[in-house]
Amino acid sequence: MSTTSTPVRRPESGSESAGTERVSAFAGLTRVMLLGFVRDRGALFFVLLMPLMFLLMFGALFKNTGAPHVKVAEVGQVRVLDSVQGDGRAELEKVLTISRADDEKSALEKLRKGDLDGVLSEGADGTVNLRYSATDQVKAGSVQGIVNSLVQDANQAASGKAPVFTLVPSQVEDESLKPIQYLTPGLLGWAIATGAVYGASFTLVSWRKKRVLRRLRLAPVSPGTVVGARVAVSLAIALAQTAIFLAVATTPFFGLKLTGNWWLVVPLVLCATIAFMSIGLVTGAAAKSEEAANGINQMIILPMSFLGGAFIPLDGAPGWLTTVSHFLPLRYLVTSAQAVLSRGGGVMDVLPSMGGLLAFSAVMCAIAWRFFNWDDA
Amino acid sequence: MTEAISADGIRKRYGDVQAVDGVSLSVATGEFYGILGPNGAGKTTTLEILEGIREPDEGRVELLGLAPWPRNTALLPRIGVQFQASAFFVKLTARETIRTFASFYGIGPKRADAMLERVGLTDSAGVLTDKMSGGQAQRLSIACALVHDPELVFLDEPTPGLDPQARRNLWDLLRDINAEGRTVVLTTHYLDEAEVLCDRVSVMDHGKVLKTGTPAALVREIDDTVRVGVESGQLTAARARELFAAAGAEITGLEDDGATLSLSTRLPAPVLSVLAEQNALRGLEVRGATLEDVFLQLTGREYRA
Ligand SMILES: Nc1ncnc2c1ncn2[C@@H]1O[C@H](COP(=O)(O)OP(=O)(O)OP(=O)(O)O)[C@@H](O)[C@H]1O
Ligand SMILES: [Mg+2]
Repeated sequence: MSTTSTPVRRPESGSESAGTERVSAFAGLTRVMLLGFVRDRGALFFVLLMPLMFLLMFGALFKNTGAPHVKVAEVGQVRVLDSVQGDGRAELEKVLTISRADDEKSALEKLRKGDLDGVLSEGADGTVNLRYSATDQVKAGSVQGIVNSLVQDANQAASGKAPVFTLVPSQVEDESLKPIQYLTPGLLGWAIATGAVYGASFTLVSWRKKRVLRRLRLAPVSPGTVVGARVAVSLAIALAQTAIFLAVATTPFFGLKLTGNWWLVVPLVLCATIAFMSIGLVTGAAAKSEEAANGINQMIILPMSFLGGAFIPLDGAPGWLTTVSHFLPLRYLVTSAQAVLSRGGGVMDVLPSMGGLLAFSAVMCAIAWRFFNWDDA
Repeated sequence: MTEAISADGIRKRYGDVQAVDGVSLSVATGEFYGILGPNGAGKTTTLEILEGIREPDEGRVELLGLAPWPRNTALLPRIGVQFQASAFFVKLTARETIRTFASFYGIGPKRADAMLERVGLTDSAGVLTDKMSGGQAQRLSIACALVHDPELVFLDEPTPGLDPQARRNLWDLLRDINAEGRTVVLTTHYLDEAEVLCDRVSVMDHGKVLKTGTPAALVREIDDTVRVGVESGQLTAARARELFAAAGAEITGLEDDGATLSLSTRLPAPVLSVLAEQNALRGLEVRGATLEDVFLQLTGREYRA
């Protein structure tokens, strides 16, 4: 125990010392929040592990859905098939796998077993015989449609006239989303929303309940430093989530292909995180206990995720849902992330969303400020 | 001497409860000041108003010449506060906790660790705060209040839950920091603590200061009866009464509960000489009035630790 009598230190009131104190307080608070997050198993699970498990699960589950791919066997020579060459052939083989069969009988056997979706042969008078199985309705429909269009094209070409009507084919695969293309931004959006809403709301509630806020109020720490540290930690967590999700989704197994300006997802994620945190600030300011905050947060995040297109793509959604989704910050993250990650979107796909997200944050922060209390009492 | 704290007519009401009802006090720089009072007397509320975390309904407060309300960041580094209930960050160890508090004042980890050592927590530095014993948490909480060398220290019941050894150590620490020139304001239920540590005390109840003075002066002011006790069986109560009357020793009470023959008197000398003559001094105890008697008399309440 020290008994030396030191004169009481007067705090220097230079702006320089205030600056270093601010840096030191910011570093201290950031460390506290990061440690709090890393040591909270529950938070780690809900914010990182569970969304990742969902991605792995749904990614694997829906991997082979999308545009149906059909397999046909060609018995003998079938001219409508053989006449398609070059680029046309490549396009055709995207939807149709053509194998040759010498023996019609064994080909039909495979068709019955489901190994093939159609067997094609050509009759003497130019008839094209297509045999298919009705077991898989979707594939039965596809194979008929494809072969029919091939026959039409061939007839038209044989007539030697310019086509009167031209169908402008729109390629099914490129316009509609592959599952991994909507699962990645969707589940990532959900994960980021969970992390940011909880981060802000729990810090607020638990620090108030544990009297830490009141203690901070007695330290020369500005509210800006506290909020700044929380924002920095939440942004770091969101970027880590993004990195992990993209790393998993772009593995050959899931096969997400990032296009040109995919990095635009970074500023987008940052803005969205701030928007979600502002929701957490409101719930954290309003809720009296951690349990209450937990309940309120879940009641916001889950519906927002469903309606905002995190779990199901909004493309085919009914009009009312699309309208509702426009009020949810998650929607802007999910749709803009879809656009830039794998569909070749650019700056103009994210800028309006980012602006909207920040405007949303400003409104929520103003609301949180009105509810805010340092103390329980 | 300059004033570290001056408060004038502060009042605070919570709904129906008038928690603080016109408290005025002044604490000199370097003074060790105690606030005593039963549960619910308004001690914590008074401290909160002095510290500037609660706005009084009425009244004026100055700390070190500055107003603590609204939040005054020029004042904050100069005061240190320990709450009645601990206020720690979740999932942090003792060392991480005090280093974090130190960081708010731009103080490095070395000095934070030294403070931890000073309250005897070096061995439990790696323990998570929510796993600490009550006494350890209490000591950490005090260390956090002192880590930035404040000039003025507020301690709201610093010692409940401490074992006697830790309590003595803490008293030493508090005396040291006071000897270094810091002003200390402490609330306590332990009257011995106030008697040992405080230069002056205020006794509070129902939101009012009932009396202020040095512990010795407060004790002197009340009826200065001395209590004398000896082991039973050496002298019967009736015989004792006769002897005291014969010797002219005035007594105000006499009782034998089977274990102790106890009596009270304002003039202990003749009483003691009678007992000595009778060779009845086995187990002798003589006790003057203490703060406990002051407390009892002022608040009319049984002292509860
Ligand atoms: N935040 C609050 N809201 C409502 N009433 C309160 C609040 N804080 C204190 N009180 C009431 O004010 C009165 C004084 O409380 P205070 O905490 O100041 O007493 P105290 O002297 O510190 O008591 P203790 O010795 O038990 O710590 C009590 O009746 C208490 O119930
Ligand atoms: Mg109290």
